[in-house]
Amino acid sequence: MNVFLAQLLNGLDKGGAYALIALGLTLVFGTLGVVNFAHGALFMLGCFCAVTFRYLITLETVTVDPEKLSPWGAPVEIRTPLVQNWFGDFGAILVDYSVPISILLAVPVMLLIGIAMERGIIKHFYKRSHAEQILVTFGLAIVLQEIVKSFFGANPIPQPIPTDLRGAADIGVWFGMAPHVLTYPWWRLIYLLFSGLVIGGVFAFLQFTTFGMVVRAGMADRETVGLMGIDIDRRFTVVFGLAAVVAGVAGVMYTPLLAPNYHLGMDFLVLSFVVVVVGGMGSLSGAVAAGFLLGILQSFASMTEVKSLIPGIDQVIIYLVAVIILLVRPRGLMGRRGIMES
Amino acid sequence: MFSLSRKDLVALAVFSVVVLTMPIWLAPLGASYPGLMQKFAIYAIFAIGFNILFGLTGYLSFGHAAFLGVGSYTTVWAFKLLSMDVLPAMVFAVIVSGVFALVIGYFSLRRTGIYFSILTLAFAQMSYSLAYSVLTPITNGETGLLLARNDPRYLDAIFGAQADVAGLPQPTLIGNSVSGYTGFYLCAVILILAFYLSQKIFASPFGMALRGIKSNQTRMNYTGFNTRPYTLAAFVISGMFAGLAGALLSITDPLAGAERMKWTESGNVVLMTILGGVGTLFGPVIGAWLIKYFENIFSAINTNMLNNAFSFLPDGVQGFVVTVLSKFVGEGWQLTLGLMFVLIVVFLPGGLVEGFHRFMARLRRRKEAPERVSSTQPAE
Amino acid sequence: MSITPPNIILHAADVHKNFGGLRALSDIDLQVEEGKTHAIIGPNGAGKSTLLNVIIGRIPPSSGAVIFDGTVLTGKAPYEINQLGISRVFQTPEIFPDLPVLHNVMAPAFARRDGAFRVNMLRSVGSEHEIREEAEAILDDIGLHGRREHHAGSLSRGDKRRLELAMCLIQRPRLLLLDEPTAGMSRHDTNTTIELLRKIKSSGMTKVIIEHDMHVVFSLADRISVLAQGRIIASGLPQEIKEDPRVQEAYLGGGVE
Repeated sequence: MNVFLAQLLNGLDKGGAYALIALGLTLVFGTLGVVNFAHGALFMLGCFCAVTFRYLITLETVTVDPEKLSPWGAPVEIRTPLVQNWFGDFGAILVDYSVPISILLAVPVMLLIGIAMERGIIKHFYKRSHAEQILVTFGLAIVLQEIVKSFFGANPIPQPIPTDLRGAADIGVWFGMAPHVLTYPWWRLIYLLFSGLVIGGVFAFLQFTTFGMVVRAGMADRETVGLMGIDIDRRFTVVFGLAAVVAGVAGVMYTPLLAPNYHLGMDFLVLSFVVVVVGGMGSLSGAVAAGFLLGILQSFASMTEVKSLIPGIDQVIIYLVAVIILLVRPRGLMGRRGIMES
Repeated sequence: MFSLSRKDLVALAVFSVVVLTMPIWLAPLGASYPGLMQKFAIYAIFAIGFNILFGLTGYLSFGHAAFLGVGSYTTVWAFKLLSMDVLPAMVFAVIVSGVFALVIGYFSLRRTGIYFSILTLAFAQMSYSLAYSVLTPITNGETGLLLARNDPRYLDAIFGAQADVAGLPQPTLIGNSVSGYTGFYLCAVILILAFYLSQKIFASPFGMALRGIKSNQTRMNYTGFNTRPYTLAAFVISGMFAGLAGALLSITDPLAGAERMKWTESGNVVLMTILGGVGTLFGPVIGAWLIKYFENIFSAINTNMLNNAFSFLPDGVQGFVVTVLSKFVGEGWQLTLGLMFVLIVVFLPGGLVEGFHRFMARLRRRKEAPERVSSTQPAE
Repeated sequence: MSITPPNIILHAADVHKNFGGLRALSDIDLQVEEGKTHAIIGPNGAGKSTLLNVIIGRIPPSSGAVIFDGTVLTGKAPYEINQLGISRVFQTPEIFPDLPVLHNVMAPAFARRDGAFRVNMLRSVGSEHEIREEAEAILDDIGLHGRREHHAGSLSRGDKRRLELAMCLIQRPRLLLLDEPTAGMSRHDTNTTIELLRKIKSSGMTKVIIEHDMHVVFSLADRISVLAQGRIIASGLPQEIKEDPRVQEAYLGGGVE
């Protein structure tokens, strides 16, 4: 039972990331009708917002103190991050909490990138075929990841978890179990809560604002909303920006769990597309449900017991589920009829 | 039975000449060495086959690299178990990849649109992951499948054709080595055959039925065509082409690795086909050549070469230009590739072949325009 | 279960169709005589299109069966039904917009000759002279011969409808189903289409027409069935239908012409 719970929890944080990416992907597809193969790259850009922020904040001054000598006789170099010079202890906290704080950088940056992408390229592709959309966004994804590669190199750049949030929560105790029976790393727990919060936020935004109402109406019936004289174009831009922000912050918070490299976006993209299709093209709740579901399944499949029973299952489980669901329930878990059928 | 229309015959003749004279006309472009020309021919075969599925039926497969990989593995196994001769290896590669395509196609073709794309992608990714993990006894995992001196090679053993040369055995075509230029001409001849076959399919009632499926599947059904076996046949044929391309990859360089099955490889063949022109005869070939050419040229350029090329500029400017350009070459050539795609899809939606046609049409119109003016003048 | 008389080629026997709780068709017993043109008329929402879709196998009936020349059509795929000799013209023309007009007409001829599936890779479309000549003759009949190399998608709506008709005719079907073949056509186009349909009337092809336009119905039909609220309320010769008081009440609104 505890093993079961532990695996469930392990799957949830990954599922949270899948759900966040798939959410934006579905949002863009449902409103704009665009198959965005660059969406994974947006996740990756989010990750590198965190990397950049940390890089900036840890820029150092190097002072050489001629008085002090290291054991082998060289003068000691004292490195102090600039922020620490300026802000003192607060600067140290900034450095320690660089990952969550970089969300503040990621939100405007991702919004700008999203709007620029939509205005610059995507908007010309609303009426073009899905194959062409796939191609242009695929090209865009390559461009984005290569730009990142040329600045940050090909190696993964790990990001630290803030000192206070390292270690694991003994969450078994919360449910009345004995100590150390069921532990879960704090940061994963935070990621899970965070993704729940973002998902809830997006749903609330769509549910309770006029803007969200128009977007939902647009997902249900684009032409009618257009005929009602509502300026969909501008709203589309905002929707794309929103999707970019969601993918971006999902990336930022994921960096301590998986050191980002330039091709991370592509890796997640394939999985997220599978998630979207499993959830049902155009269904937001389907995307979220499928994201968590597949994350959990993946976690179970990587248990040693399962692996020894069905070798290799951990490698293929997501695709296997996708294949089965598509063959049994062609429109995914919650998809509407006729979307993207031809 | 083997006849072609006059237009197709001319096209085939031109194509054959272009392919066979590659070593001549590629020389000034710096690409006339056998290794690269083999790649040109092999990837053109891959793209031609992909175009039979995507270009004619409109089904966008995102998992064709799986068949490339299966063809490669089969070939190396044929070398290991049967004979170092390339003919049985190719035959087996085509058959095995065809069977593989039959199974994947049978399931994937139950769905259309992006669902079909995702299904093929899922199958290919499964094959890729399994090749790295559980199937290691067959694929030799990350190392890749290699030849060994003490492979059994039963057929060769029967005919007593055991090579006692030191080192690894080399693939042969009826006793002749297929390295270097021989290898290129082998690939070239097969490419010409593949092109001919694709011409036959394009012009045949079968090809017309496939186009009908792309154009209006409902009408096809109500016209009495059972579309499922048509799409499946197209899928299997194009899988066999991919298997053949995979076989040639392993023939010219006898090893097989799982990275050939990765989805980026599947994406590449989509890009080649669309770059050249989907559904056209020449398009996929041109797309494959261009991408392989640029990949080769751009990835070979390094900073030193750039520095030399721009040495005429003042120092500061030279440094700047070289720094910027170096992002696009060598390791960064993928950036150029990505940009190329964005630009082509934005400005040349039908691919290069259609762009060429449009350009020719504009030329013709400009030529005709003055005549029209003169002929209307008397009426005024 | 009613017995099918020998000269009846199509028989919808006791067909019922429910959509959820909604009765779309009830107690349908429609008999189409071989070689005749049978029109089905009725007000909007009477179930005409549903009936046609049941006949063609697009919608399975909730109960009952459709029998074509001794074969039960119920549960068969559209292509199987076509291979039995039934072609259909749709309300919005279903053609191959990306293919040349000539190939639009040739493709159905291949389906007729080669069956539902055949990998015919060795011959070329150009060398199929017989089918090509046949296609050109039909295109000549409908006045599209001059545009045979154009893409069908570039035709006008009326031309597309005529092309679709030609695509059905080249199959020489035993039964031709026409779903409002002149809807949205100009008066002139309508008359040309009527002429064309008259011309093939003599060839012995059975036709079922669903039509709004009374002018078309009374110019073509040998028999008429009137559908109202999912039931056939009258069936008979055009003259009988014209005079039937129930029909006038339900549909014609008292008096035709």
